Amino acid sequence: MNTNSLKNIVLPAIIFFIIIAIWSTIAQNVQNFPTPSDTYIHAFGGEDSLGDEVEGVLSDPFYIENEDDKGIFWQVISSLERVFAGFILAIIVGVPVGLAIGMSKNFQIALEPYIQIFKPVSPLAWLPLLLFVFQDINATAISTIFVTSIWPIIINTSLGVKSVSVDYMNVAKVLQFTPLEKIRKIILPVAVPYIFTGMRLSLGIAWLVIVAAEMLTGGIGIGFWIWDEYNNLNYFNIIIGIIIVGLVGFLLDIIMGKIADFFDYRKRV
Amino acid sequence: MEKKFLSLEFVDKVFPLPNGKEYVAVKDVNLQIKKDEIVSIIGHSGCGKSTLLNMIAGLDTVSSGGIFLNNKEVNGPGSDRAVVFQNHSLLPWLTVFQNIELAVKKVMPELSKTELQERVDKFVDMVNLNPARDKFPGEISGGMKQRVGIARALSIRPEVLLMDEPFGALDSLTRANLQEHLMRIQQSVKNTVIVITHDIDEAVLLSDRVVMMTNGPSATIGEVLEVNLPHPRNRVELQKDPEYIRCREAILSFLYEKFAKEDE
Repeated sequence: MNTNSLKNIVLPAIIFFIIIAIWSTIAQNVQNFPTPSDTYIHAFGGEDSLGDEVEGVLSDPFYIENEDDKGIFWQVISSLERVFAGFILAIIVGVPVGLAIGMSKNFQIALEPYIQIFKPVSPLAWLPLLLFVFQDINATAISTIFVTSIWPIIINTSLGVKSVSVDYMNVAKVLQFTPLEKIRKIILPVAVPYIFTGMRLSLGIAWLVIVAAEMLTGGIGIGFWIWDEYNNLNYFNIIIGIIIVGLVGFLLDIIMGKIADFFDYRKRV
Repeated sequence: MEKKFLSLEFVDKVFPLPNGKEYVAVKDVNLQIKKDEIVSIIGHSGCGKSTLLNMIAGLDTVSSGGIFLNNKEVNGPGSDRAVVFQNHSLLPWLTVFQNIELAVKKVMPELSKTELQERVDKFVDMVNLNPARDKFPGEISGGMKQRVGIARALSIRPEVLLMDEPFGALDSLTRANLQEHLMRIQQSVKNTVIVITHDIDEAVLLSDRVVMMTNGPSATIGEVLEVNLPHPRNRVELQKDPEYIRCREAILSFLYEKFAKEDE
């Protein structure tokens, strides 16, 4: 094993122990705060520090008791379903709008102020309005994700179009490409890596939003599950929930990164 | 009516400035170019020579006056005028073959798949790029990229080949190499070529006539020099040729005595 791969294991391991140490200190000083070892037991099952036999959250993630009581795997899946529904909607609308803004100064002038105004609005601000409009958990969560995750797609797509060099456009002019050929053969190849960067940011936002949205809308999903565990005074599970949300988000980012690299001509050479 | 091939008549180019005023880049340019003639346009930077080329290419509009090819006014870009850009302008996500194919496919949509491939390969061969046929522009040298640019331009069967400082970004050895290349191609396939350059030796070596531009604003044609040297030309032998020396001196004196430009 060379020093670099050794470093990749040892350095994060050191930080891991520091985190556990800080966590333990907090747990000793805050009443009822879950200790690392009890949290581990609650995740994977076993006997906790009080001597109680605990069935771990992760020891049976696939159980289905009834519609409202399902294993953690199904909680995550139903959150992901909403995330992808909103995310795909954001792509379907965001990419064409971004292309239009990038290619037409008039579109840009018309839309720029609204993008700047709506982009910083928190999902929590949209939620009550959308809940009032849709009166439905799924539609509310999906539309909240849509309105908060569309902005990076629009902005990065238009940035990608604008980054097409004048030289390439001159080639298109000399060859008298139609507008459609221009988009397909010149603009998209340049813009696609930017679009995927936008999508990657957007998916990250979507995953952030879903937890907050589900806490308010209820139903099934990892966000509501965490909130539910709080109401049940299951503080162990809140920490387990946080770690799961983090890991899933990390995984989504890695997958989007791989897809983005696949479509990036600069990474192929 | 006299049959003209390519004709620039009283061509002006005026750019509006942000402060509401105007900048006259090119004024009153009159030039007739014969078929199969190689013409260089030389001048200091900022003399509007690239603007002139862009107008012939149809990438820029003429403010007044007109440009006529085969007695038809040039109103926009067209495949009868191919451009070799200074920075090659190859699409980096396409291979050498695909870059040329893109052009041929668009201009000759009637070709069958095999005909298309044969035609593209013919032009890859013409610039000796067979070994690099399936490489991406990022994987080949600057000189090779420029050769692809030339092959792409020639592949669409243009009536005029327009070259905007085609070898300006290359080192002098590579540049000499490409000049040889261009002369060889020109020997086998006759083309009408307009080369923008700021290299005096290049202008004399390549062209039948050298058009010398005055400095901007309101740049125009100062002198036109006939280069009475037979083709094919050999750069080594030319160094002692009295006609070559005369041409060089004429351009030198135009650029550095009559229209010297201070460094900005």
